[in-house]
Amino acid sequence: MQIPINAIGNWRTQWSRLGEKPNQLAALKAAFPATVPVMTGYFCLGMAYGLLMEANGYGPLWSTLMSAIGFGGSMQYVAITLLVTAFDPLQAFLLAIMVNARHIFYGLSMLDKYKGLGKVRPFLIYVLSDETFSLVSTLEPPKGVARKDFYFWISLLDYSYWVGATALGGLLGKFITFDTTGLDFALTALFVVLFLEQWKKKENRPAGIIGIACAAASLAVFGAENLVISAMVLILAVLLGGRKRLCT
Amino acid sequence: MYLTPLQTLAIILAVAAGTQITRWLPFWMFPENKEPPAVVTYLGRVLPAAVMGLLVVYCLKNVTWTAAPHGIPELLAILAVVLLHRWRGNVLLSIAGGTALYMALVQLVFA
Repeated sequence: MQIPINAIGNWRTQWSRLGEKPNQLAALKAAFPATVPVMTGYFCLGMAYGLLMEANGYGPLWSTLMSAIGFGGSMQYVAITLLVTAFDPLQAFLLAIMVNARHIFYGLSMLDKYKGLGKVRPFLIYVLSDETFSLVSTLEPPKGVARKDFYFWISLLDYSYWVGATALGGLLGKFITFDTTGLDFALTALFVVLFLEQWKKKENRPAGIIGIACAAASLAVFGAENLVISAMVLILAVLLGGRKRLCT
Repeated sequence: MYLTPLQTLAIILAVAAGTQITRWLPFWMFPENKEPPAVVTYLGRVLPAAVMGLLVVYCLKNVTWTAAPHGIPELLAILAVVLLHRWRGNVLLSIAGGTALYMALVQLVFA
């Protein structure tokens, strides 16, 4: 009789140990549905990126490497232009800072939520993209799911979608013979859509108009080459100058 | 490939370094026990919308407005994105629809 009791005891111990593990599973189950829109979006844009890289002579190995290490959607598109001109890593570095400067404000918004998350925190910060930020800043984990695990799975899933889609695009690129001219418009369309999403909130509209007006003025005055830096400075100046008016 | 493998790797690392600085900077500047100044909180609130506007313009920076086709494909496709998004509010549909129209315009109509 002792053996079955022990067996049950062991089984119970193992079950309760598993009972700690299912929190990971519960976190994954809670995170996955939230990331489905990102999966579809990244599938489209990541594939397009892999294809564009392939079209410019950079195979799936390079595009996937860029996605895995560089991981920054819009900047990776911009970087294609840097890969087909004279070698200039300093420009790539500075342009990455300018194009991704908006990340600074994602970080500022996540200072509190990413507090005290231990080992996963560096990973969460490394892969804090526009889409992951929109999810982790908006969603709360369900009961029984740790904040840390919820953020981790959202971040990991989004990251995997992007890297996976890039590889797929790069691999399929060799077999796709149709004309990809204009495919890169997907990026413009993404920003137009994100702009519209911002526009939905009335308090964002003045800032949205300031962004377009300052960028258009910078383009007209300083030209395409110096657009990003001059526009960032101009936008900052106008936003800080109009702070009292915009602070409602 | 225009660049050598080593140069390509250098560009990838440069892009990654620049990108990571923008992601880590706030966490370096304001450690876990510090509250950011009010002006920083204000910028964090208004900058996202402004940056989206900048990025739309950035994508159109190489369009020649003074010569044919005068940016007509870009403007038509953007209009399609706006209308699709107002109609359905589906991010993927808006992006896919606008991109498909743009590809058709530059490959078939304004080729």
